[in-house]
Amino acid sequence: MKIILYIIRKEFKQIFRNKGMLPIIFILPILQLVILSNAATYEIKNIELGYVDADHTRLSRGLMEQFKGSTYFNISEHFSSEKDANQALQKGEIDAYMYIPNHFERDLQNDKTNTIGVYVDAIDGAAAGIINVYISQIIQKYNKRIATDFVQISDTIQKPSSIDSIPLFWYNETLNYKTFMVPGILVLLVTMITLFLSGMNIVREKEIGTLEQINVTPIKKHQFIIGKLFPFWVIGMALLTIGLILAKVIFNVPILGNLALLYGYTSVYILVILGMGLFISNFTDTQQQAMFIAWFFVVIFILMSGLFTPIESMPKWAQFLTEFNPIRYFVEIIRMVMLKGSGFMDILPLALKTLAYAIIMNGLAVWSYKKTS
Amino acid sequence: MNNNKVIEVSGLTKMFGDFTAVNAISFEVEKGEIFGFLGANGAGKTTAMKMLIGISAPTSGQAKVAGFDVYKETESIKKNIGYMSQKFALYDDLTVKENITFFGGIYGLSKKRIAEKRDELIEELGLQEVANSLVASLPLGWKQKLSFSVSLIHDPKIVFLDEPTGGVDPITRRQFWEMIYKAAHNGTTIFVTTHYMDEAEYCDRVSIMVEGKIEALDTPKKLKEQFKVASMNDVFLKLARNIE
Amino acid sequence: MKRFIGFVRKEFYHIFRDKRSLFILFGMPIAQILLFGFAITNEINNVDIAILDLSKDATTKEIIHKIAASNHFSIVDIIEQESSIESIFKKGKVKAVLQFENNFGSNLIKEKQATVQVLTDATDPNMASTISNYITAILQNYQKEVNENVTFNYQIIPQSRMVYNAELKSVYMFVPGVMTVILMLVSAMMTSISITREKEQGTMEILLVSPLKPFQVIVGKVFPYIFLSIINALVIVLLSIFVFNVPVKGSLFLLGFESVLFIITSLALGILISTISATQQTAMMISLMGLMLPTILLSGFIFPIGSMPLPLQVISNIIPAKWFIIIVKGIMLKGIGLGFVLKETLILLLMALVFMGLSVKKYKIRLE
Repeated sequence: MKIILYIIRKEFKQIFRNKGMLPIIFILPILQLVILSNAATYEIKNIELGYVDADHTRLSRGLMEQFKGSTYFNISEHFSSEKDANQALQKGEIDAYMYIPNHFERDLQNDKTNTIGVYVDAIDGAAAGIINVYISQIIQKYNKRIATDFVQISDTIQKPSSIDSIPLFWYNETLNYKTFMVPGILVLLVTMITLFLSGMNIVREKEIGTLEQINVTPIKKHQFIIGKLFPFWVIGMALLTIGLILAKVIFNVPILGNLALLYGYTSVYILVILGMGLFISNFTDTQQQAMFIAWFFVVIFILMSGLFTPIESMPKWAQFLTEFNPIRYFVEIIRMVMLKGSGFMDILPLALKTLAYAIIMNGLAVWSYKKTS
Repeated sequence: MNNNKVIEVSGLTKMFGDFTAVNAISFEVEKGEIFGFLGANGAGKTTAMKMLIGISAPTSGQAKVAGFDVYKETESIKKNIGYMSQKFALYDDLTVKENITFFGGIYGLSKKRIAEKRDELIEELGLQEVANSLVASLPLGWKQKLSFSVSLIHDPKIVFLDEPTGGVDPITRRQFWEMIYKAAHNGTTIFVTTHYMDEAEYCDRVSIMVEGKIEALDTPKKLKEQFKVASMNDVFLKLARNIE
Repeated sequence: MKRFIGFVRKEFYHIFRDKRSLFILFGMPIAQILLFGFAITNEINNVDIAILDLSKDATTKEIIHKIAASNHFSIVDIIEQESSIESIFKKGKVKAVLQFENNFGSNLIKEKQATVQVLTDATDPNMASTISNYITAILQNYQKEVNENVTFNYQIIPQSRMVYNAELKSVYMFVPGVMTVILMLVSAMMTSISITREKEQGTMEILLVSPLKPFQVIVGKVFPYIFLSIINALVIVLLSIFVFNVPVKGSLFLLGFESVLFIITSLALGILISTISATQQTAMMISLMGLMLPTILLSGFIFPIGSMPLPLQVISNIIPAKWFIIIVKGIMLKGIGLGFVLKETLILLLMALVFMGLSVKKYKIRLE
């Protein structure tokens, strides 16, 4: 036991003496959490909308007034031809444009329906879908208005039946994306730092030769490993704490659930990550190799964690793969506990999976660490 | 087994795939001896040593270090030996004191004993001025001496030195060997590998490895007589030529 | 010149002898793009929802049937009381609950109006609003079918065309993005490690003392990686075209040229990182910690830049990936030519020069 303490002391000394790394371990994540959380949003705002009005009537102008009044759209300009509008779309100067044909008002009065063209840059398919919905909604509203304008006494008014769908947004009435993203980004940062540090640390001792020196001492495997990894566990928990404080103070993210539960889970989670780092370092000879492998896994884990794109939308085989992605569990649990106030029983299945992962991962890592080759 | 023999090696072999790095070597080392393990670079010295210190498993053959078997009892071996690697593996980003404390702790010394040893070492090596400086700032010769002392911190029966004088000036080398004599005088067995043939003169007995095999094993005096030459360097040259 | 070639050759040897790193350098981007191309999508499929039907009449049954038939949703639970909603949300079992009011069907006929509450777990706001929109669309479709024989007056009907991506495939959006992110990270990491490793091993001093000029050393170090990255980029583009059917409407040659430019910019960034790092560890941590998240989040890869707060929009301008994504999407998906991406190209060029210039300057300072 005492021997472990000696190693822990040495590790902490080395970490805090490394002046170059300290800002990277603490300041960089904090900066990223604070700044980047503001970037993550799927809300579609500032839609650049152009239009071609070949009609120039009260009706067409009235329609455009609706859009000018909307907060989602910025009416960029009136193009004199479809060709010009298309070019602007190509250049990326506008996100969409509408084409109001000649005889627009006249046709509506006569035939009672008319069409306008809506062209949306659909490279971002999801955004395009939403833009289309917004445009349709504004046109619908305008339709209701003009119906009353145009109706004549002899016409029979047919009122369609309508089903109203009322959306109710639980846990996040204002659809605040930050509430969603901040805990997720915090998970990413804690994971990255602990994985990279633990992965590189042992390889570095390999490279400079002190690992061999240690292997010649009677120190037991588990003493060495626990001593080495414990400081990074502490750093991970510290980062979590700092992150939670920032989340509350700066972003006002609610903390509905039990903090002790969150810390308890995180302590197990970090063990998974540390086990991975150790495992990687057992099979690599240079820091470079260790980093590359760690990087490979981290990028995959991040993009497949359900943080940026939903896991439910992935094909079945990909969803299966995410079962092996520890970040996926942490992201889900931190949201459940913080934003919904989920309790111990609610997170139990996920927590148990994480625990199993921790045991297997660390078991593998310790087993593959050989003092004698 | 004879109590006096601290290292007993018989037919020890290490192969990496098809390549035989150490080819069935046999020798014995007595307590308190300074045993030189010589050979050119790449002859297999370091590989052999790694098997004796328990960090490399032999392919075949037998060996006992401090009475313990190198296959099954490596952890017991490690309790009884010290090691100084080629790279003087100390932590550059820890101070002299911190390095001593750390390695003392790893070997399970009590706090009191560590403190005693620490003061002793710093006094002996004259490192009072730099005791609280980072090892990175020490000149090479001081690092070397410190590394040697740290390898003795737990008073081991045998200490293994792997090319301990690489890159160090002649005066420091001389001082270093005085430290080795002192340790041997106190009963510690010294097993040292080197490719500096003149250092062979300082040993009680030497063995010379060529391409994985031991081609000569005796005291320096007897070897010089055997090959009818004046220096160990010449002994080695003759051996090398004979092999060709 | 001969010295320079000899130097470059040494760099190549270093790289090709480290089999493990080589495998990772090439294998990883391929594995990643395959994985992401198939797995990363914004589309909503098979979302688990629950139904709370307080009416249980023919109409609600019809509507529920329609929803079940949609491949966007998967009805996994039927609950009987409002009080059950909280616990299934807490357990994370469903993302939404559809609550049909009492007497739904008769209300619809008599009052011409009935209500469905769409309760969503909005911890994921995007998912919640998308679910909301889709349900609304399904309901509207249902109404259209029911009201088919009735004609409405005075309706403007929008005819929408999804330009460049008629099927709204999310692959179009993500594949260029993944390509960019991978190229940037691999390039920047490789060069930053290469240089700091020489520093740590002490061989850098040998280089410094040699007759090679600082600028030659830097270019020499970068050169093999340009070559490797081009191969990477080529493989990624080929995979995009043949596996994911992402079109290349514009000039392949232009795409190649811009890719090389972006690679050089990323490599230059890597060099800059290495000149400010003392150890490999620091260089790697900066490349990974400092570049990864900003590149993913601020480049327009996943989140639209236009929707970000203004200060972040400004910051996104210094992320090289942002400009390259615009270029790639433009060339591949819109078929535009150099004229339209001239601004972005020049910006990338400028960045590359600035990074290189700063690196050479820092390198020189250390010499003195």
